[in-house]
Amino acid sequence: MELLERFAAGDLEAFEALFRQHQNEVYRWTVRIVRDTGAAEDLTVETFWRIYRARQRFDPVAGNFRAWARRIATNAALDHLRHTRKETELSEDYPAAPKCDSAVRRELREHLRRAFLELPAKYRLVTTLALIEEEPYGEIAQAAGISAALVKVRVFRAVRMLRKKLSSLGLEAAAK
Amino acid sequence: MSNEEKNLQREEERKLQALLKREFPPLQNAKLPRDLWPQMLRRLDALSEPLRIPWFDWALAAAVAAALLLFPNAIPALLYQL
Repeated sequence: MELLERFAAGDLEAFEALFRQHQNEVYRWTVRIVRDTGAAEDLTVETFWRIYRARQRFDPVAGNFRAWARRIATNAALDHLRHTRKETELSEDYPAAPKCDSAVRRELREHLRRAFLELPAKYRLVTTLALIEEEPYGEIAQAAGISAALVKVRVFRAVRMLRKKLSSLGLEAAAK
Repeated sequence: MSNEEKNLQREEERKLQALLKREFPPLQNAKLPRDLWPQMLRRLDALSEPLRIPWFDWALAAAVAAALLLFPNAIPALLYQL
């Protein structure tokens, strides 16, 4: 029996093999969204937990495990962003490179950071993946379970929200 | 949307993207620092453990059952409170 078939049938060894094969990729995808190593580790386990519980819904013949895992990881990361949106700052695991900026520039960066953190989770997800990580819209769409056109719309709206926030603080000129 | 507006929008997006990338560097090469299987296994083990009810809960349930048997008139009052 193939590995995926054994996994779908509830074989723990098959699940372990899949876990070991895909944990790095799931972690990498998740950390790029949540930008916090500790949270990404927990979310990787949460993702595989969801995968294990949903194993009977996975089609081992026609299904693509990698894409399925990525979709579940995206949903788990999105849930995390929703719950932590107003509570936490981004982890300092990946701080921005320190630069000797002018006061205006520093203020702009601070406001941009805050505006980004305040974006609704679904907008922050696409903004991070499309603008920061430069993932193709098609990949983002597949992972988020939406159309590429909707990804584009969300990026557009997120950009507008960020610009609006910065310009309301009189920082538009500095951003240009 | 006219071509001019589209270009303006694209330009705006490009500027903001540069700022965002500076503030939040891309993490394409992030690596998992440790094997997460032991953590996963603990979570799976928790699933297979039977539900444990502390002795105090059993004692409380027994006390309530005994009280209701001894004082059946209290049942409507109890239901009203619920």
